[in-house]
Amino acid sequence: MKVTDIIEKLNLKVIAGAEGLQNKVTGGYTSDLLSDVMGNADEGQVWITLQTHRNVMAVASLKEVAAVIIVKGLEAEESTISQSNNEGIPLLSSDLETFELSGQLYQLLHP
Amino acid sequence: MEFNYEVEGGNFAKAGYAASSVKKVLKELNVDPKIIKRVVVALYEGEVNVVAHAYRGNIKVDIDTERIFIEIKDEGPGIPDINLAMQVGYSTASAMVREMGFGAGMGLPNMKRNADTLDISSSVGKGTVVELTTYLVK
Ligand SMILES: Nc1ncnc2c1ncn2[C@@H]1O[C@H](COP(=O)(O)OP(=O)(O)OP(=O)(O)O)[C@@H](O)[C@H]1O
Ligand SMILES: [Mg+2]
Repeated sequence: MKVTDIIEKLNLKVIAGAEGLQNKVTGGYTSDLLSDVMGNADEGQVWITLQTHRNVMAVASLKEVAAVIIVKGLEAEESTISQSNNEGIPLLSSDLETFELSGQLYQLLHP
Repeated sequence: MEFNYEVEGGNFAKAGYAASSVKKVLKELNVDPKIIKRVVVALYEGEVNVVAHAYRGNIKVDIDTERIFIEIKDEGPGIPDINLAMQVGYSTASAMVREMGFGAGMGLPNMKRNADTLDISSSVGKGTVVELTTYLVK
């Protein structure tokens, strides 16, 4: 499954980082704690969070996640958007809350 | 090969810069990706701790054929009880820092898990020195 597939199936909006839309998705990780993601997320996972500041993209890039999804339609900061473009890691947005979105992504990845 | 980075306390906009630079260097040197991942996690956490808890710091990264040695030295409040600080969940991070998703008290435990050796020495009111070693050959 690719990032483009989950965008279509989960009805996500692409905010930035279109260069990485063909990234392969191997799983998901849901957390708003940066050290938790640093310590426990894996390469290729999609990271679901409500954090919108640029450190999210720094962590996303260091961990080489497939994409970041911001929940509840929250708006990303300008610096987050530019870093997503620089790193080529898609920054996506969903209107759903964390619980619903994580559940839908789980179902999609584990049919 | 030695690299040096300066870290500004409180400047979250630049947090992760050293980790990201070192990652590029290690990739160019064709270091095992598994080792790179570990080094990057440990260095990032150390770098962010200077940003979140200290006033200013210096990171020295020394790479040779056998190991990667990292020294993170800061001027800051120091750590009064290092054993306590090492515990998962212990954090003195400010409300603002917590709101950003830092301050879970997981940084030092992450460093311990992702380095082959971790040495911390600290002097209250002066600063902290964190030394991390990762071996390239086992
Ligand atoms: N360089 C430092 N200078 C002063 N205090 C520090 C330093 N590094 C760590 N500490 C102290 O140790 C505590 C635990 O650090 P740790 O990195 O595990 O968690 P944290 O930084 O609070 O949160 P997280 O890393 O999960 O975002 C800190 O809250 C702080 O009190
Ligand atoms: Mg920390």
